[in-house]
Amino acid sequence: MRLDFLRSERLPNIWCPGCGNGIVLHALLEAIDQLQLDPDKVVLVSGIGCSSRAPAYTAFDNVHTLHGRAIPVATGIKLANPDLTVIVVTGDGDSSAIGGNHLIHAARRDVDITVVVFNNYNYGMTGGQASPLTPDSSITTTTPNGNLDRPFDLVNLAAGAGATYVARSGIYFTKHLVDHLRKAIAHDGFSLVDAVAQCPTYFGRFNKKGSAGQMVTSQKDWMVLKSVAGKKTPDELAGKIIIGEFVNIERHAPESAAAPKEQA
Amino acid sequence: MSEKMVLMQGNEAVAEGAIAAGVRFYAGYPITPSSEIAETMARRMPQVGGTFIQMEDEIASIMAIVGASMAGKKVLTATSGPGFSLMQEGLGYACMVEAPIVILDSMRYGPSTGMATKVSQMDLMQARWGTHGDHWVIVLSPSSVEESYQLTIRAVNLAEKYRNPVIVLSDETISHLREPIDISIPPTIVDRKLPTEKAGYAPYKTDESLVPAIATVGTGFRTTFTGLVHGESGFQTANGHVAEALVERLRDKLFNNLDDIIQFETDRVEDADVLFMSFGITARGVSEAVESLLSHGRKAGSLRFITLFPFDDDRVRKAAGSARTVVVPELNSGQLVLLIKRVFGDSRKVVPLNKINGDLISPQEILNFVQEENL
Repeated sequence: MRLDFLRSERLPNIWCPGCGNGIVLHALLEAIDQLQLDPDKVVLVSGIGCSSRAPAYTAFDNVHTLHGRAIPVATGIKLANPDLTVIVVTGDGDSSAIGGNHLIHAARRDVDITVVVFNNYNYGMTGGQASPLTPDSSITTTTPNGNLDRPFDLVNLAAGAGATYVARSGIYFTKHLVDHLRKAIAHDGFSLVDAVAQCPTYFGRFNKKGSAGQMVTSQKDWMVLKSVAGKKTPDELAGKIIIGEFVNIERHAPESAAAPKEQA
Repeated sequence: MSEKMVLMQGNEAVAEGAIAAGVRFYAGYPITPSSEIAETMARRMPQVGGTFIQMEDEIASIMAIVGASMAGKKVLTATSGPGFSLMQEGLGYACMVEAPIVILDSMRYGPSTGMATKVSQMDLMQARWGTHGDHWVIVLSPSSVEESYQLTIRAVNLAEKYRNPVIVLSDETISHLREPIDISIPPTIVDRKLPTEKAGYAPYKTDESLVPAIATVGTGFRTTFTGLVHGESGFQTANGHVAEALVERLRDKLFNNLDDIIQFETDRVEDADVLFMSFGITARGVSEAVESLLSHGRKAGSLRFITLFPFDDDRVRKAAGSARTVVVPELNSGQLVLLIKRVFGDSRKVVPLNKINGDLISPQEILNFVQEENL
């Protein structure tokens, strides 16, 4: 990774020891480097929360917006200057709760931005409350008796809303994560990567997930590569999540929802 | 009517004024009575090489124009009370990051959904204080279609000059009024200050103007924006001294330039013994009432606020002449009058004239009021 992609004078970061956000950020910077993008033409836009502090540690143009509002700001930047590579850095709550409406509409419009969701299954910044991605029955500070709500499947949500590139990965699978971030950024159209990280301070502690290290290595047990998931029975997939590429539609291919329709 | 005159609706005049001022990005969401602005921009933006986007709500609309502004565009959104409420968080963000944006609020009857097609002036205090925290905005008030055009140009220029949100506070009647206007005079165009030196660049470092030269994203300055309190570097801090200096500068960059920003229109103020202070559509009824009172031998005058905020008590006091009675007609339960009472204390008789049934205050109603109240 190129160290000049970071603002060293802004470090150390605010994240807790054992937080997974740094690994997602590292993967994102690696993907940008692999794509050989002009650093002057990369803009990182974030909302509010632990994840959303990431852009200010980078040496790119960066915009820390309001809670949930990174996507409309990114949309404005991208439409104002289509030459820019606009990447939204967001969290599970930021993107799917307060920003959920913006997420689905950006996917519907197929605006050419990339949304990277640092998904740690809870609101870390405010003390470990439940988010729309918190698994059911999980303990958080706002679900002390276990989460009664069902979570969104962010991949299906984005795909259903019309996203033309959707992938999920986890920080244990660093190369897998970098590869999918790279493909998402290179994709011409709306792309989303659900990047599963750990919050050992809150979600992990409340749900007895072990140390940060154990939370990371456990990903290899409960994540299943999409390429092998098809060969497994529903029983074998119970309690697991599938990682890999779920949607990859060429923008102007006939099957693309974004392709101009023939007038009847 | 001269050949240069064109018949235009108030909302169309806002759109055309924005285009004349250089606006090339519009994001909005449909709402009565401002929708014609979005419709005009949807048609016109592609014709002038600009961008129109209909967003999913007003929250997204204001954030999209903030993003486009950061990317160097002159930008506009338009809405009415319910949408203006949703825009308040974005308005505060634009104040904090000092993004030049223009918001048109066409006031309709409230609160809540209210009466969508009925006029009011009920958003005056919302325009000033709608978002949380100490903040400063410029609020301009047109009272005609011509002025909707001219003040939208002025709003864009002031936003650029001071890197601050500017609100054009129109209303349902002016939005839908059709009047002949002259759009032949090329407008003065003001562009925002931009940095020149990458070495030592600090986005929020200012000269004596107190207005920062923030780089446009994508121009190699690797700039940063945050709604968190930030110092000259643009990066977050919780240092109370930095916070205080920031909020003071956000105020002073406007308040050091009140001569440039504040405009009134006065009519026969000097020898008036009854003075009307009003803004927007209400000032038109006042104008006719003043003529009538003068023809009946009364010494009447009018002060119309073209700039509503910043509101400077001293300037208002000086502009108000020596009338012993000040009447404040407005289409709400008394918002402007609170400021006028603050200006004059007990030194003048300040009389509110309020109407809150969704109709305008007619000249005859003003005359009747003067008679009934023995003013």
